[in-house]
Amino acid sequence: MARYILKRVVISVPVLLGVALVLFLLLNVVPGDPITIMMGEHIKPALVESFRARMHLDDPVLVRFVRYITGALRWDFGVSYKLEREVSDLIRESLPHTIKLTVCAALVSWLIGIPAGIVSAVRHNTLADRFFMGFSLLGISLPIFWAGLLMQYVFAFRLQWLPVTGYYSLRYYIMPALVLGWSSAGAIARLTRSNLLETMKHDYIRTARAKGLKETAVVTAHALKNAMLPVVTVMAIQVAGLLGGAVMTESIFGIPGLGRVAVNAIADRDMPLLQGTILFTTGIVIAGNLAADIICAFLDPRIRVE
Amino acid sequence: MDTADNGTLSIKNLSTHFFTRRGIAAAVDDVTLFIPKKSVVGVVGESGCGKSVTALSVLRLVSRPGRIVSGSVSLGGEDLLAKSPAEMRQIRGSRISMIFQEPMTSLNPVYTAGRQVMEAMMIHGGTGKAEARDRTVEMFRAVGIPEPERRFRAFPHQLSGGLRQRVMIAMAMVCRPSLMIADEPTTALDVTIEAQILHLMKELQETFGTSIMMITHNMGVVAEICDYVYVMYAGKIVEQAGVFELFDDTRHPYTLGLLGSIPRHGSPKGRLLGIPGTVPSLLDLPKGCRFSPRCDRAERYCSEREPEMYEVAPGHKVRCFHCSGGSKGGSP
Repeated sequence: MARYILKRVVISVPVLLGVALVLFLLLNVVPGDPITIMMGEHIKPALVESFRARMHLDDPVLVRFVRYITGALRWDFGVSYKLEREVSDLIRESLPHTIKLTVCAALVSWLIGIPAGIVSAVRHNTLADRFFMGFSLLGISLPIFWAGLLMQYVFAFRLQWLPVTGYYSLRYYIMPALVLGWSSAGAIARLTRSNLLETMKHDYIRTARAKGLKETAVVTAHALKNAMLPVVTVMAIQVAGLLGGAVMTESIFGIPGLGRVAVNAIADRDMPLLQGTILFTTGIVIAGNLAADIICAFLDPRIRVE
Repeated sequence: MDTADNGTLSIKNLSTHFFTRRGIAAAVDDVTLFIPKKSVVGVVGESGCGKSVTALSVLRLVSRPGRIVSGSVSLGGEDLLAKSPAEMRQIRGSRISMIFQEPMTSLNPVYTAGRQVMEAMMIHGGTGKAEARDRTVEMFRAVGIPEPERRFRAFPHQLSGGLRQRVMIAMAMVCRPSLMIADEPTTALDVTIEAQILHLMKELQETFGTSIMMITHNMGVVAEICDYVYVMYAGKIVEQAGVFELFDDTRHPYTLGLLGSIPRHGSPKGRLLGIPGTVPSLLDLPKGCRFSPRCDRAERYCSEREPEMYEVAPGHKVRCFHCSGGSKGGSP
């Protein structure tokens, strides 16, 4: 088991480096000079030169890449052109909001998605099944901005139960978490249902029944552990995706999370900030996949062997 | 021998039908079957003849759209069809256990072999974990699993087919059931392993006094282990006899066909005898005798009327017009 985990971790390193390299090349080699972006087109050439030298922009790309990576390893992503602050500080400030939103949304997603999927599978083709599947289809299909605006209209404007936007207490996170959680819950519920239905056809389920187990024990102890493998993977990737910043939700509900920072960086052509947030997000997605692999190995002994 | 009270299992006029979209399929049609105490009874037939559904009906595990529509199943005099679902669960795994054809897929891949065997004991025996563990290891030893302590912690994928089937047998025997149903237990195994497993089952049957209902399509397995045999065709019993009687004085053309399908050393000419045609669809059964379209002795009346079970000798019954008056046969 320890060897398996080590192997997975080691494999993740080149992936992260590869993504970093592609990202660096895309943002630095494409036409468009950062200095002109920063200062506009009509500035003295001497001033441009001095800036280029100060920012080491005349060094070969590879040298700059290595400098960037060694910096990133020390949690140093450079300075934002626009805000003139350390990128790492900007990430650190926005991250807590994103984490809060992620935790709330993931809770909503799992607490609704998994039970709905189980009920739909066990009682499949019944009214309950149809209801949950319709509910999840809506969650998947409704665009976040539309569902978000609708909720703001109903719960904040009409009923006045919840605040419209902001991030000052947990109450502010209820609506964004519901909107985000609903869409993830839909995917989880459908995946849980189809996997559980498939698992219930296996011979070992018949064995468990022939043993005299209760149906609930057959489902929870014998079927679910097998059926959850792909679901766990999706859950981990979803959480990683949420941590990378739920751009749309954060914009609608005015939460200054990572997604907002990245979107602003794009709008301002703030390359160091954009590069930093994307690299950070990539790291989280890779970590999420790693976590999924490890959890699956705990659930299924066959994966551990290799 | 049909006295219900001294037997392990008595099935009377059992019918299990599948209510499919294309019609009703009588997978088990008016089957009467008796398993005496401490005996091995074979149920033989081609795939799709209803032998597995008969077994699942005994455990009341027939899945939808199948349903038991009539008849009775009694275990040691108790009517199983009258039991509540909770009572039925108490019987499954403790008084009747079942082992399946595919040892590769019949064990749950995510739990250790030991845990899966222990589970049966813990839900029925009310035994503590430590005791269940000890008895499981003991059972592993009894079914001939080498290094039982190590194998207790092994996952199914770490065991060979033969060992997995031994684990299944251990699971089936650990609660000392009065009846073990074995559904093609050796079909997926090598011939050498098959002989070992059959030998083991016979041995356990003698040691623990458990009766075995052996479901198979293999006449070799029948000869090896069974005391009494029922031959099934398209949902019906067509011949029943003691194992020696069945082999020495075969009456039903279908049974003859099954026996003719076994390759035999020293038989004249190398050609294997098969049964022409295939098993009829249960949704579209031939009129009269169900075997008549494939039977080389079929007369016109065979496809008009259905034969009853004729007793041709004590304990030997045959569902065929031609066998009622001795092996030469005659008209009804």
